[in-house]
Amino acid sequence: MSDVRREITIAWAIARKDLLAELRGRHTAVSTLTFAALVLLLFGFALGPDAHRLADAAPGLLWLALVFAGLLAVARFHQIETEDGALEQLALYPVDRRAIYAGKALVGAIAMVILGILVIPAVALMYAVNIGPAWAVLVLTVVLGAIGFAAAGTFYAGVTVRMRAREVMLPLLVLPIIAPLLLAAVKATTAALTGDPFGELPAWLQLLAAFDVVMVIAGAGTYGYLLEDG
Amino acid sequence: MKTRILGFVALAAVLAAAGFGLFVVPADLNQGDAQRIMYPHVASAWLAYLSFGVTALAGIGWLWRRDLRFDAVAVSSAEIGVMFTAFAIWGGMMWARPVWGTFWQWEDPRLTTTALLLALYVGYLLLRRLSDDPARRATRAAIVGLVAAVDIPIVHFSVIWWRGLHQGPTFLDPNKILHPAAPLPFVLALVGMVLAFTLTWSWLMIRRYQLARLQAGHEEAARYGRVVRARAKARGHETTMTSPIDSGDATEAAR
Repeated sequence: MSDVRREITIAWAIARKDLLAELRGRHTAVSTLTFAALVLLLFGFALGPDAHRLADAAPGLLWLALVFAGLLAVARFHQIETEDGALEQLALYPVDRRAIYAGKALVGAIAMVILGILVIPAVALMYAVNIGPAWAVLVLTVVLGAIGFAAAGTFYAGVTVRMRAREVMLPLLVLPIIAPLLLAAVKATTAALTGDPFGELPAWLQLLAAFDVVMVIAGAGTYGYLLEDG
Repeated sequence: MKTRILGFVALAAVLAAAGFGLFVVPADLNQGDAQRIMYPHVASAWLAYLSFGVTALAGIGWLWRRDLRFDAVAVSSAEIGVMFTAFAIWGGMMWARPVWGTFWQWEDPRLTTTALLLALYVGYLLLRRLSDDPARRATRAAIVGLVAAVDIPIVHFSVIWWRGLHQGPTFLDPNKILHPAAPLPFVLALVGMVLAFTLTWSWLMIRRYQLARLQAGHEEAARYGRVVRARAKARGHETTMTSPIDSGDATEAAR
């Protein structure tokens, strides 16, 4: 039991380090948020000016904006480790690799949740979507989606961080993998916004949770190999 | 020599299965001649899944034993799998146009899953291309192939849900021709084609594996040659030796 507690402490220490660096520099937050807002604006140009069409497509557009911006965030949180050989230092620490992965995924998930909480009101304003009583379910969907995305994104950021052309490779690898997450998150968001007339919301949230569990296990189980010689 | 015999047997089997499927088996009552596409289509889809399963297993083999021969199996299988996946999608679209009236049917979970499968493994091959160090490339590829294989069932499951949670299969199920009630010629044509394609797959795998081993040897020799030249330069000599790649025994020396 104390082993698990120790690993949680390590994971939190790594996440806290990244969050502190982010609080002091705010490089990731500014670029990611601006990018998400820009994507939403361009979706408006691509599908507007018909307000109904935008409102109908809002759940899908929201999640695409989150996914695109989230890619920037997870890539950034790994890139800061490549400076001054920090990644090699991290690999030398006598701690469980799963804890390192958990810490990196945690900071990614926190960033995604904050991003989601800021972007949802923006979608509601720009695409004239009435959120009303759905906000609690929306936040739950964002949290579940953020965990799954950060779990997969952190894993692939670890794969590509030392590669040539990593900017291209990361989206190419992450986007097909998270297709089930995108699908479930969009369906859950649609169900939440329309009052869930078919009672399918729990099923989509379960699918999201299942994706989260599988990706966290897969990422934690293989991240050690990446630190060793990836 | 044995591989060449296997190649000719596979070629003969594919020709025989194609002839049987095209001329001996009657056309389907509902779908007409379009149904004949199903024989190579189902065979390709089966080999696509087999290939990616082999890639994942070979990846585990590399992580476990650290033997680059496992990596050679993984890359061979992934490349051949991408080819069969593309062929399966193409065949499916050719079949869907006359039968469903459209090339692409978003509600068909198999089609959408297979499209994502193609994207996943094209990414896998690109990842290999952009990695130089053999061990690093093998490790990256092994875990990416493994996670992709884990993701595929979730993708399939989610797409089935996506087209309607409370709706049973509404389209003609190509697997229904394997139903016990299906007429014998149809079953024979399908099984024959699957066997012929699997033989072809085995032949391709052997040849691609041999090529991958040769490539690895070549890479190693080139690396060794650079080391030799750098050493000679450091000693102050001008390098006049022939490239060790051509000298043949350099591959052995590098090991």
